[in-house]
Amino acid sequence: MTDAMRAETITIAGDGGTEIEAYLAKPLDEQPRGGVVVIHHMPGYDAATKEIVRKFAVNGYNALCPNLYSREAPGADPDDAAAAARALGGVPDDRLVGDVDGAATYLKGLDNANGKIGVIGYCSGGRQTFLAACSLQIDAAVDCYGAFVVNDPPAQMPPTMKPILGLAPRLSCPLLGLFGADDQYPTPDETAKLADELNRLGKDHEFHTYDGAGHAFFSVDRPSYRPEAAKQGWQRVFEFFGKNLAR
Amino acid sequence: MCTYNTEKIEVTGSGKAAKGWFSLSHAAVYVDHPVHAPFAHTVNIDFINPGEGPSARVPVELTEEAARELAAAIHRALDAAPAGLASVNQP
Repeated sequence: MTDAMRAETITIAGDGGTEIEAYLAKPLDEQPRGGVVVIHHMPGYDAATKEIVRKFAVNGYNALCPNLYSREAPGADPDDAAAAARALGGVPDDRLVGDVDGAATYLKGLDNANGKIGVIGYCSGGRQTFLAACSLQIDAAVDCYGAFVVNDPPAQMPPTMKPILGLAPRLSCPLLGLFGADDQYPTPDETAKLADELNRLGKDHEFHTYDGAGHAFFSVDRPSYRPEAAKQGWQRVFEFFGKNLAR
Repeated sequence: MCTYNTEKIEVTGSGKAAKGWFSLSHAAVYVDHPVHAPFAHTVNIDFINPGEGPSARVPVELTEEAARELAAAIHRALDAAPAGLASVNQP
């Protein structure tokens, strides 16, 4: 048993086989490991997101975060890349699914892979996690405050951002939802509607809404960080993946 | 909250980023999370030229008060100068 890990930037085949940048962290011992695809928040493939990837490796998972802005801004600073992607209207849904599929395929191909795949995403990545979980065969999904799954977005939103509640019958795995009671996108009302629909469909899900927390309460480098909610949330994440990604 | 809304306009002028001066083609204005300013939300303005790549960007992250004061200051400065002096079709 060792706690050694390796973390590095790699190239993977994303949607359509296009080579995209991704950040991989994996434990170095030979135990079989579940894989976690991390979908970064709208501000991009940044230092805080890479820290999340390493956190999964520290906790025993192979973790991989595809840079969803690789095509728009190869090699750019994360903030410049996020601004460029934003100006172009965001990440198309079908391309996102292809990139997550590519990341999952890469993780399944690792020597120590146990064959199980989880997906977790933050902010816009929360919605994209639900999208991926309804589009791909995976084993567990964690939606951290993803908006516009249920409700229509405000006017002027890019056309890439559409509600996707209609995909819920195709949800392929248990869904953990972690939300802030003070969040406006998504509001507790929106996440309650999602829970109602999943109940109606008999889809396995577990939602937690934290008082005193708003959007992005996991973001340790932002004023929105709420340690209480984040600590409890991380505990839920590792319990959930521990249950669903073990073999 | 992530607003996602972006006001994008065409602009003529120049800006300076890490690699030096470049010609601007657009500006994007949006209220959303900043990268650096110590607030949950700011008014973010990116002066950009996508044709020169994503790093051709001069970003600022301002509070609401600062952004409104900036807009007013721009109007005052233009009003104090002869009309058309800084126009794209200037004399």
